Amino acid sequence: MILHALLRDPRRIVDLSMEDWDAAIPQARVSGLLSRLGALAVAQSGYAALPDRPRRHMEAARLVAAKHRRDVQFELDRIRDLLSSTLGTLVLLKGAAYVAADLPPAEGRVFNDIDILVREEQLEAVESILHLAGWRMGSIDPYDDRYYRRWMHQIPPMTHGGRQTTIDVHHSLIPRTARIGTVTAAQLMQHAREIPARPGFATLSPEDMVLHSATHLFNEGEFGRGLRDLGDIDLLLRHFHDHPDFWTRLLDRAQELRLTRPLFYALSQITRIMGTPLPTKAFDAVRHFAPTAPTLLVMDWALARALNPPHKSCREPFSGLALWFLYVRAHYLRMPVHLLVPHLIRKAFMRD
Amino acid sequence: MPVDLYLRTGPFIVHVETACAEVVDGISLLYDPSCVLNRPAFCDYHVAVVQPLWRRWFRPQALFLFDGYAPYLPGPKRHALPMLEWGMNWVIATTAHQFLIIHAAVVERHGLALLLPAPPGSGKSTLCAGLAFRGWRLLSDELALLVPQTGRVVPLARPISLKNESIDVISRFASEAVMGPRTEGSIKGTIALLRPPRASALGWDVPAMPRWIVFPQYEAGAALRMTQRSKAGTLVELGNNAMNYNIHGAVGFDALANLIDCCEVGDFVYSDLSAAVEFFTAIADGALRGDSMLTLASAGP
Repeated sequence: MILHALLRDPRRIVDLSMEDWDAAIPQARVSGLLSRLGALAVAQSGYAALPDRPRRHMEAARLVAAKHRRDVQFELDRIRDLLSSTLGTLVLLKGAAYVAADLPPAEGRVFNDIDILVREEQLEAVESILHLAGWRMGSIDPYDDRYYRRWMHQIPPMTHGGRQTTIDVHHSLIPRTARIGTVTAAQLMQHAREIPARPGFATLSPEDMVLHSATHLFNEGEFGRGLRDLGDIDLLLRHFHDHPDFWTRLLDRAQELRLTRPLFYALSQITRIMGTPLPTKAFDAVRHFAPTAPTLLVMDWALARALNPPHKSCREPFSGLALWFLYVRAHYLRMPVHLLVPHLIRKAFMRD
Repeated sequence: MPVDLYLRTGPFIVHVETACAEVVDGISLLYDPSCVLNRPAFCDYHVAVVQPLWRRWFRPQALFLFDGYAPYLPGPKRHALPMLEWGMNWVIATTAHQFLIIHAAVVERHGLALLLPAPPGSGKSTLCAGLAFRGWRLLSDELALLVPQTGRVVPLARPISLKNESIDVISRFASEAVMGPRTEGSIKGTIALLRPPRASALGWDVPAMPRWIVFPQYEAGAALRMTQRSKAGTLVELGNNAMNYNIHGAVGFDALANLIDCCEVGDFVYSDLSAAVEFFTAIADGALRGDSMLTLASAGP
């Protein structure tokens, strides 16, 4: 898998043959990583000597990523103007947080949604302010609406009528019904960090950012952009690697929030695919977070397929089965069986 | 068994994988042999036209894929060829942001390019085909690829998509024209693809400097007329017609402003294709002597 190899060791970018590029560009494109590959390439000393044809594709993708960053910054100001009197500092999650705080995953990342975190008791007020300012939930059927509100960790996504940007308002990291118990906004906000260069905004603490990203990736069951999301975690870990106490706090916090399992999967997959450096104590500690041997065997098998670029050149036998298994697993984690079974039956038969 | 074809279309090499006979035959009819390459080491795009297994016999369908994913719903198999052409345009328009991409036909004479931006139904493709068969070089029927840094337009000469009445108009106008089969019942009505003249295919790597931007409008029975357009209004209009204007930000604005600064702009109404073609040829020949388009227009045809 050429893309995995390049993410692991970007220095190889300057040695690729045209045949390698012919595989790498499509793999990166379908993974949502073409602009990220471009960002990695630009950082290499041989960038100017790369062949024109593949380089043009990366440059085009980087232009799109730069536009997304501009748009997100613009949109953040609009949202702050609307919500700051109600919420005070706005806590951003995922892509928007990376862009606002100028963290490494912001480079070359393409995304459309802005995710914010609010306390549950503020949900209603936030929703009505956004609604009055032109944000709408679109035509969501009443069942899905109820599904979000009763069981999920966010309200249905709202899209601005004029600008078509989407905002996800979260009140937790994981669904209310989650098997491991939920994590509330208040628990996370305690540790949120203001962004000095961007007054009025905050990110989660470094360890919560990593835990959120890992939980999102490994417990949600959607792997279409899995490799990109794993790349985000890789960049966050490399960025925070040398901060004093980062690793200790990450491991403690994972236990406190009961998110040790997703952290285990994140760290084991990330070292396998991207060769992210882990300190020995983290490496040892995280092994205690592993599931039992049979579970681990199945999960390693499934994740090895799910985290390949979603391109036919990377498809292995039973890739479809692996993705289906992870999807079912995610639903199992999300809610107890007595809620899950009726939900899945409804989803299977009530498709529009 | 699927066939792999490697098409050179302007600055891109597109790998087309298909088992549809309509597509394979269409390509050999509509593309100059010099555009069909041996397998290159690197292709800019990998696309496919496939037949979904469950719709291979009953009302057979075809599906366009880019990197294995379908941007559109499948269509009837007899639309496979126009579907491939639309698909390739879609792929280029949504990814080739090294260019500012304007929805316009482009033809060139004496190294000077005429841009014809217009909505469907304006007679843009007919006029563009007419010019291409009377000594102008076709650069593109749909997408003007403007290089922001140089202000030049790069060719993307592919089959011209003729719709409805214009199919017969062009058959009468250029008896040597090679056309693919008529595809009926598409969203745009009946479509026939027209093979570009050889000179246009051979000039695939020669860019041209824009000189005129003309918004054509076919109007049955109307007398030929060219009227001046506001340059500021044209900037706004072209911004709306540019597929990736928003992605380029300030660079895109500057590129469009420069383009309009160095072009003459006008609105053009015509009904008789021959007269329209002669009119533009006179303008291009006049430009060599330093005459402007609008002086010629006011002198009358």
